[in-house]
Amino acid sequence: MKIGIPKDGRFGEFGGKYIPETLAPAIDELEKSYLKIRNDKNFKKELGRLLVEYAGRPTPMYFAKNLTKTVGGAKIYLKREDLLHGGAHKINNTLGQALLAKRMGKKRIIAETGAGQHGVATAMACASLGLKAEIYMGYVDTIRQKQNVFRMELLGAKVHAVKSGSKTLKDAINEAMRDWITNVDSTYYLLGSAVGPHPYPLMVRDFQAVIGNEIKKQMKKIPNAVVACVGGGSNAIGTFYPLIDTKTKIIGIEAGGKGVKTKLHSAPLSAGKKGVLHGMMTYLMQNKDGQISETHSISAGLDYPGVGPEHAYLKDENRVEYKAVTDDEVIDAFLILTRTEGIIPALESAHAIAHAIKISKKMKKTESIVVTLSGRGDKDIDIVKEYLSKQ
Amino acid sequence: MTRIQEKFNQLKSKNEAALISYIMAGYPSEKATLSAVRGLIKGGTDIIELGFPFSDPIADGPTIQMASTESLNKGTKIDDFFAIVKKIRKEADIPLVLMTYTNILYNQTYQKFISRAKKAGIDGLILPDMAIEESKDYVKAAKKSGMDTIFLVSPNTQNDRLKKIIKATSGFLYMVAVFGTTGVQTKIHKYTIDALKNTKRSANGKIPVGVGFGISTDKDVHKYVSSGADAVIVGSANIKIMENTPANKIESKIFTFTKKLKNKTR
Repeated sequence: MKIGIPKDGRFGEFGGKYIPETLAPAIDELEKSYLKIRNDKNFKKELGRLLVEYAGRPTPMYFAKNLTKTVGGAKIYLKREDLLHGGAHKINNTLGQALLAKRMGKKRIIAETGAGQHGVATAMACASLGLKAEIYMGYVDTIRQKQNVFRMELLGAKVHAVKSGSKTLKDAINEAMRDWITNVDSTYYLLGSAVGPHPYPLMVRDFQAVIGNEIKKQMKKIPNAVVACVGGGSNAIGTFYPLIDTKTKIIGIEAGGKGVKTKLHSAPLSAGKKGVLHGMMTYLMQNKDGQISETHSISAGLDYPGVGPEHAYLKDENRVEYKAVTDDEVIDAFLILTRTEGIIPALESAHAIAHAIKISKKMKKTESIVVTLSGRGDKDIDIVKEYLSKQ
Repeated sequence: MTRIQEKFNQLKSKNEAALISYIMAGYPSEKATLSAVRGLIKGGTDIIELGFPFSDPIADGPTIQMASTESLNKGTKIDDFFAIVKKIRKEADIPLVLMTYTNILYNQTYQKFISRAKKAGIDGLILPDMAIEESKDYVKAAKKSGMDTIFLVSPNTQNDRLKKIIKATSGFLYMVAVFGTTGVQTKIHKYTIDALKNTKRSANGKIPVGVGFGISTDKDVHKYVSSGADAVIVGSANIKIMENTPANKIESKIFTFTKKLKNKTR
């Protein structure tokens, strides 16, 4: 069930590389370069040093005893990716890929961003490695995450507000791909989630697997359950992958928005259909003609109609359980964690917290749950404030 | 033999290149699409490429993106598209190519979609995000229905890959002229002309080679045809005319423009 390097770029039937022909040589070069450095000792050493000295790894495993007491069930542990430089797990991947880009001799980096966390992490990695960064961000997201726009600009990146389509993450990816098609020779596309054509889902998973590997080391006993939020699914696949061959119950949480029975959600694994978008075959939210649906989530980072192909595979193999929680449940979890532990989670990560609270109640007190707290919530306080003022 | 193959054979005997004209179905309306088709046919276009809008057209520049969004906002569904095709078929026997994105076919399964398209009167398909590696089931389904599969190649496509693509292609091979998306105006690059010559060499007379992306004037048409292109594909320029022309003038404006371009293919 565990797939190392996916054959023909596919996880089971999912993935592949559905790309315009102009990108074929670039994808080919990327795949070859990545497979070459994947086991290169010097590359690993250099990345390892950056992860420790620059990003702040390893991140702590925190036993949330107040939250556990409040909920009254299984012990809840938090894998504190929110404490990384930049405030989210995204830096694990951007350092890896920026280092790869540098090895490939590419000087111009482009990236997409939803909530802005990947954009910020890209801008940081590029500033530190002397690369030029341009970030595509949906216009709607530049408004709801305006603080991150300024952060990226301060870090020296150029931010393009994308006004096509639904003006969110999927459109930012479209525009980044168009840029790449146009500047294919000079440019490295630094994708931030475990999505896109092969080898991106593999690369992003490999760079994020540091999360799950540390969880294994830090927990004396393999936890009874691990929970992570899933948009494109990068922190989740990084958490899950090293634990796939263990007995841990693995749960991925999608953005249920106003409910998966409504149209206002971002939960393709819970309520989508197989299709092809952004270079991959995976579960997608789409209408009966195959047009991609506009999605909704209170968290910009999960507001995406597709999901990484390895998640689609793990769902169909029944190895990982995928559930969705609603915006309301997310806000409740956000407030509970903030007040009991003094930790303000990103709204994305609050999805995982919400589900952990639900299942903890039904588990034994001797059992344990690890939740990947993928990012901190400073970026979200305006959204939460507005939400609460409407209640 | 499909209508596309027949057309290229006819043109070859006349020592003429094909003009292939793209418009977007349902943009700015179904009526306007049909008016434009009449203008294209009267103007002498050889093949019509009819776009079906996709929500996320990554290979398209601003003009065709705009037309896609407008068409979708007007509510164009796949049923409407096939209804338009059937209406065109009542009036004309011109080869019709559908350009859209992979998910539109995948959604209904390749087999079902292609067989329906063929019945409606479509002769060939262009899917800019269908890479050769992923195309086995698609090509198989198309062959079964006698549908031409028109693949794209780029100036940076390596020769071994080019061979594989040519093998899977029928109708004609679509060479992208520039590194970029559709409709972005640029001068004609030397690398494009070199790539065209190389592609023609690989095609070795077995399959016609068309050039598209960024071609908008009769001068462009002349340049590519005199460099050996078997066909030139003009798209965004038609959309721009339709964008700026009142509905009752679309047919005549498209006619005049098409006639001017077609003259340069002879």
